[in-house]
Amino acid sequence: MRVAVLRFPGTNCEFDTQYAFEKLGHTTELIWHQESSLPEGIDLVVVPGGFSYGDYLRSGSIARFSPIMKAVSLYANEGGKVLGICNGFQILTEAGLLPGALKRNNDLHFISKHQHLCVVNNDNAFLNKCQKGEVLNVPIAHADGNYYIDDEGLASLKENGQILLQYSDANGEPMVVNGSVESIAGVCNKEKNVFGLMPHPERALEAILGSEDGVRMLQGLEA
Amino acid sequence: MKAIVNVFLKEGVLDPQGKAAHHALDSLGFEGVEDVRIGKQIVLQLQSNDPQEAEAEVKEMCETLLANTVIEDYTIEMQ
Repeated sequence: MRVAVLRFPGTNCEFDTQYAFEKLGHTTELIWHQESSLPEGIDLVVVPGGFSYGDYLRSGSIARFSPIMKAVSLYANEGGKVLGICNGFQILTEAGLLPGALKRNNDLHFISKHQHLCVVNNDNAFLNKCQKGEVLNVPIAHADGNYYIDDEGLASLKENGQILLQYSDANGEPMVVNGSVESIAGVCNKEKNVFGLMPHPERALEAILGSEDGVRMLQGLEA
Repeated sequence: MKAIVNVFLKEGVLDPQGKAAHHALDSLGFEGVEDVRIGKQIVLQLQSNDPQEAEAEVKEMCETLLANTVIEDYTIEMQ
């Protein structure tokens, strides 16, 4: 698989993301935000974590207008797979490629820790190697991860199986971590080719570092 | 001419910063505060001399970039 990893001023997870996909046997290319097109023949675009444009105005709000994001929208609209991790998730919601928005954590803290997640839906091109109801252990590191969507939007997410992950305890019971509506940690679009999540699967690849649950998550994108 | 844009979280969307400030005011003994909402103010210095045209343009700026209308409302005041 050929993976394009985007890079904005302030992105800081691009090398972890490259490491992760290369460890899984894929080739990766870093794409600078000023580029106006994606390389031909890529299989996946990843918008990695970080603090694009210093999170000025709102997290992801300025990055979404970078030239490369037009190409990403086009790629997504044609059915191409896009994964946004953390700041990447924020950028994709700001760009309107994913529903909802991410606001400041309810306790106003930057939360950085390992967190259990419950797999809500796995019938998609991302979490298909995970079981429904399975509990994963993946690091989170964010200040603006408080997912918001209105009631109508939430009903639509549920109806279409767009909720990917919920923050949970070790038994898979949803728990409040940052104030997200229904403890949502990740969602996809209706067409199920654009995925976004606050947790960092690329940081959960080796048991010695606390968890290797990220391996199966990222492997799902290979299909 | 000047445009003053105020951006606030929508009614019904929890404002964690406002809540924290409210709590702090309570702790300091300031009674009678019913609610605190924290937003941001964006002041734009514009070249235009046509208030209507300028306001329409500022509205477009708000819809495009300055506010995220999924969670935020905005007001525009022209001066």
